[in-house]
Amino acid sequence: MMGALLVGIYVFVLAIFVGFEIITKIPPTLHTPLMSGANAISGITLVGSLAAATTGAVTAANVLGLVAIIFATINVVGGFLVTNRMLAMFGAKKAKR
Amino acid sequence: MSQLVESVLVPIFYLLSAVLFIFGLKGLTRVRTAQRGNALAALAMLIAVVTTLVDLGLVDYRWIIAGLVIGGLIGTVAAVKVEMTGMPEMVALFNGFGGGASTLVACSIVWLNVIEPAAAGSTASILGPDAAITAFLSMLIGAVTFSGSLIAFLKLSGRMGGQPTLIPGRHLVNGLFAVAAIAAGLYMAFAIGGPSGVATAALVLVAVSLVLGVLLVIPVGGADMPVIISFLNSLSGLAASMTGFVLSNNLLIISGALVGASGLILTQIMCVAMNRTLANVFFSGFGQEGGAADSREYSNVRSCGAEEAAMVLESAESVVIVPGYGLAVAQAQHTARELADLLEKRGTKVTYAIHPVAGRMPGHMNVLLAEADVPYDKLIEMDAANPEFKLTSAVILVGANDVVNPAAEMDPQSPIAGMPVLKVWEAGTVMVIKRSLSPGFAGIKNPLFENDNTMMIFGDGKKVLQDMVAEVKQL
Repeated sequence: MMGALLVGIYVFVLAIFVGFEIITKIPPTLHTPLMSGANAISGITLVGSLAAATTGAVTAANVLGLVAIIFATINVVGGFLVTNRMLAMFGAKKAKR
Repeated sequence: MSQLVESVLVPIFYLLSAVLFIFGLKGLTRVRTAQRGNALAALAMLIAVVTTLVDLGLVDYRWIIAGLVIGGLIGTVAAVKVEMTGMPEMVALFNGFGGGASTLVACSIVWLNVIEPAAAGSTASILGPDAAITAFLSMLIGAVTFSGSLIAFLKLSGRMGGQPTLIPGRHLVNGLFAVAAIAAGLYMAFAIGGPSGVATAALVLVAVSLVLGVLLVIPVGGADMPVIISFLNSLSGLAASMTGFVLSNNLLIISGALVGASGLILTQIMCVAMNRTLANVFFSGFGQEGGAADSREYSNVRSCGAEEAAMVLESAESVVIVPGYGLAVAQAQHTARELADLLEKRGTKVTYAIHPVAGRMPGHMNVLLAEADVPYDKLIEMDAANPEFKLTSAVILVGANDVVNPAAEMDPQSPIAGMPVLKVWEAGTVMVIKRSLSPGFAGIKNPLFENDNTMMIFGDGKKVLQDMVAEVKQL
């Protein structure tokens, strides 16, 4: 049996390869949307932060968790919206011509 | 039942989310599918959040809801308001928040499990050694990303000067801070210091890491910003992965790794485009403005007006517009498109040649031109554009300098020797729209301005283009 850490390392390394494979195919035209989209994905820490503020008590752990949720949500919501705004500009041209 | 949810359904939905992230990124490989790809990634995030909330079960949701609402509002307002020219600093800022969140989650876990229960034993004995080490790495990488991104944001938005700030002995200072961060991290993870000892070590670790992030980015000059934000992007992914290790959450590990890979590839592309290594970008403090060259070094400069430019354009069969950073600053992308439309109506073939580091982040120029309704199939990448310049009647250069410097190809002694450049000088006529003969970020002379087939048109990019539009209309 593999420990959780080892499984995690396997998953991490394989995911990096998947990332390399996909991202090398992205054309330079889309590099800015890629970056802001990837940025939004890195806001996945949100999932971790949700579990960090699960009581109403005012403790250091909870306050840290709350700020983490705010930061991660800004990253996620802002990131996906701004990426969509940029991509909409690319798409509009296609439809017009 | 809840056992089933926790051990089977939650991991399955996390897996679904990870798969959708991958499909989302895959969608970004084509302009046609990119918007759908982004939507898929957003859906994946939604699934991940809902799954987590279900998994948490009945807890006090007040803080969670407050956090989601506040963060969501700030994110929405920022995303709707930002100008396309301001995209690099916006991405830097969002990136910083992502890194900051990773640090805070790791801190919260340490506080909740080790410090607040005043537990006996080290962090490693309570959380397990793997979680203790990855919590330390998550704090370190996240905090460096946070403060580094904030400095990048300040530099990109002009709130802080773009020139590198070089403190004496900075390599030694950086090294000391890095060693201090690692020492504090290991102490936090393994030393049995009691709750107050762990808390102190954690705070020292975060504080030192924040300073380290600042120190790493302040020596980086304005021209190297595309490299830095790509690199910070990669770090924010890595921080998320580390948080995933702490929580034994494979979704975080996968998503973080995807972002880490993406940032790394972009960093690599940007470095190649500038003929630099990553170490060189961080440590050399290259990119000082106002270097050796000034206008006195130039002879044989032919200064022209918009009227003469229009006369050349009148007989041109094909025109390539080369936009640089100056075009973005002057907000001249709309006027450039107007001129291109006019020329096309007269039967001239117009394309745009884009250098990989033309904007202030990878692909930035493409976004600016897309905003001005330029069809993306008219944007030609450097490798495809270079063979075409020989066959081009005229090149219009707006606010670009170092990326068209022939010295990179012809002068092996030049500081930018070997950097891939657009070979505009091979075209029939090169019109250079520029405020003055001042050097670009590399701080060196550009012999292109002395060529016989070069016309210098001095002035603000937008103003000159407007004049040219007016002149072409009169032809």
